Amino acid sequence: MTTVAILDWSMLDTWIVIAGMLCALSCALLGNFLVLRRMSMMGDAISHAVLPGLAVAFLLTGSRASLPMFIGAAVVGIMTAFFTEWVRGAGKVDEGASMGVVFTALFALGLVLIVQAADTVDLDPGCVLYGAIELTPLDTVILGTTTLGTIEVPRAVVMLSCVLLLNAVVVLLFYKELKLSSFDPALATALGINARLMHYMLMTLVAVTTVAAFESVGSILVVAMLVVPAAAAHLLTDRLPAMIWISLLLAVGAAVLGHMGAIAVPAVFGYSSTSTAGMMAVTLGAMLVCTVLFGPRDGLLVRVVRRFKPSLRPRAAEH
Amino acid sequence: MSLVAMNTVATNTFVLLDALLAVTPSAADVLRVLTLADYNTRVVVIGTTLLGLAAGVVGSFMLLRKRALLGDALSHATLPGIAIAFIAAEAFGASGKSLPVLLVGATVTGALGVGTVLLLRRYTRLKEDTALGVVLSVYFGAGVALLGIVQQMQTGSAAGLESFIYGKTASMVVSDAQLIGLAGLVVAVVCAVFYKEFKLLCFDPQYAAGQGWPVMLLDLVLMSLVVIVTVIGLQAVGLILVIALLIIPAAAARFWSDRMSRMTLISAGIGGASCAFGAALSAVLPRLPSGAMIVLVAFMIFILSMMFGPARGIVPRLLARRRLSRKVARQHLLRAMYEMTEEREPSLLVRTTQDQVGARLTTKELSQRRSWSTKQLESELKTAEEDDLVELSGDGWRLTEEGVTLARRVTRNHRLWETYLITYADVAPSHVDRDADMVEHVLGPAMTRELEKILGRRDPDQQAELPSPHAMVEGRS
Repeated sequence: MTTVAILDWSMLDTWIVIAGMLCALSCALLGNFLVLRRMSMMGDAISHAVLPGLAVAFLLTGSRASLPMFIGAAVVGIMTAFFTEWVRGAGKVDEGASMGVVFTALFALGLVLIVQAADTVDLDPGCVLYGAIELTPLDTVILGTTTLGTIEVPRAVVMLSCVLLLNAVVVLLFYKELKLSSFDPALATALGINARLMHYMLMTLVAVTTVAAFESVGSILVVAMLVVPAAAAHLLTDRLPAMIWISLLLAVGAAVLGHMGAIAVPAVFGYSSTSTAGMMAVTLGAMLVCTVLFGPRDGLLVRVVRRFKPSLRPRAAEH
Repeated sequence: MSLVAMNTVATNTFVLLDALLAVTPSAADVLRVLTLADYNTRVVVIGTTLLGLAAGVVGSFMLLRKRALLGDALSHATLPGIAIAFIAAEAFGASGKSLPVLLVGATVTGALGVGTVLLLRRYTRLKEDTALGVVLSVYFGAGVALLGIVQQMQTGSAAGLESFIYGKTASMVVSDAQLIGLAGLVVAVVCAVFYKEFKLLCFDPQYAAGQGWPVMLLDLVLMSLVVIVTVIGLQAVGLILVIALLIIPAAAARFWSDRMSRMTLISAGIGGASCAFGAALSAVLPRLPSGAMIVLVAFMIFILSMMFGPARGIVPRLLARRRLSRKVARQHLLRAMYEMTEEREPSLLVRTTQDQVGARLTTKELSQRRSWSTKQLESELKTAEEDDLVELSGDGWRLTEEGVTLARRVTRNHRLWETYLITYADVAPSHVDRDADMVEHVLGPAMTRELEKILGRRDPDQQAELPSPHAMVEGRS
């Protein structure tokens, strides 16, 4: 039965997996720096906080066109990072708390704006603003025509490819600066790197990625892909390049396995497929659990074995 | 932008403004809400206020434990529990929408989520924020996947399950308010009983563990309180509001006091007040959703606290810094003038003369003494003149009688501290001036007496002459 469900694989499924992989790659790449900077909750905060941006963009243009919505959301997303930094710096409030204060307040503001608009227009934050990955293949754009026919690609795939390209280019260009300012902002500043600029650049990328991704594939996948692959990779290695590659690998793996799971797992119990984004997050969770338990570096199993076999303990001089 | 588009923008802006302005309530409406005359308003205001009080108390512990966002992860982690409870109830033939069943499910996975955070912190090197992010996204993802299955069940009652549990404040009923009241009571009692232990846990968990306190157990008790408040609050007022109530009042209270007990009470007060005010506002203006209004009221209080809170607010901190830098500048001026008088005309300072005044010093001479800019020096001299400490005489400035008295004390404090540093801290006499310069301004009378005692230079009115312990150099005292 399970095999039958998987064998129904179609072009639709391929596009869903491609969209998921692109989202996974763009998020996981940035996630490494967020985890190192102890800002893992930023994706969650931004994906809640952009509501007023969406509402204002909608109220001003009166349409649900993607571009104004995207701009509105991205602007508020970046503002979230600024406000959080301001409350943290000027008010000396703990990072997590300042994030919580800012994103809940912005979300509430967005709710108030949307309720005001609800009389004149139809704007439901639940289904309009937050996309679902299953629906991505239905919304396509035509890229061009060849002799073989038109090339039609889902809009989400185009958008996420652009975001991935942007993230990859920025991370490659500023790799050294990002790395230094993530580990030791004071040293980075002493070496002439503008750590604050790096911070805001990263936050801008996170905001753009979060907005682009939740608009096309849903917010839960963004939050999961930003945190979990990087967290698992962090448990496996001490080196940043290795950590980035591992996180990218895990993210792509979770995107593929997650969609297969979404089709196959419910089929075992006699249901048809369930939420792909949800299953991708669950797959990531399973990967992290495996890392925690069986990780070769300091997984729980290895630690138990080392307790009884001291010869296997890593030598202190290694690091 | 085309004309049509601009027109749309304008129209929509007006629609928005109209919508916001067209809600002016009548005085009778306002009165009815304020006196809680409506049954429904009464229930909602009392219920949310109780929730705000409870969340404020728990939130202040969470804030100091640096776990403010735990409520966020926890409230998302309730989703799979709700879905599982629904599926299980349906499988046993009961109605899946029974509230107690759903609440039990939510509590179980919520607690599991918190447990996962604690385990990840303990057994891996993941930091707090990463552990929270992992739990939030994975549990919520599992919940979404389970809901995908719930929606396919042939019961028909699955529709709107999510909004059923992530309730609406305005539809709160009296049993909700009672439930919240009960939870609030539990929270208050547990916090009162374990106050000392929680405080220790917040400020120094290592020390608590060293003293033999069961830190993990205490943490679990505290986290259980958070779970209770979150689950109850989720059902009553919704997801974002609960997160906000756990964070914002506590963060605001932090600006008002450095004492934990006071901060907890203030946090409870802010939580309760913003709930009461926000719910009342939404009752007067029905177009404003109550949950969002409560958050916005709490946020306003937060911003005001951040600006003006006496303990750590921005304005009081700035004022204190300004006051200190003024005091330091004034003392530098007085000491410079006193020492220059001492070098040139020491006879002026002898205490037997009735009216002592300082030597006449020009602005130029003074500015060479320290790295003052002319502008700085002039404004400083002016304010000192307003306080009758210096006066203009001929082409120079000199200390007045009052100024000499004050300057002598300042100089004396400086020299006492220098002597102390030379005697006890082995600071070289040639370098001691700089070091003393940084500390002398904060030496109070009590500290000065202590210094005198150590150095054997007791003097009841702290006016005795004290020679400088190092050679005076023109331009650098």
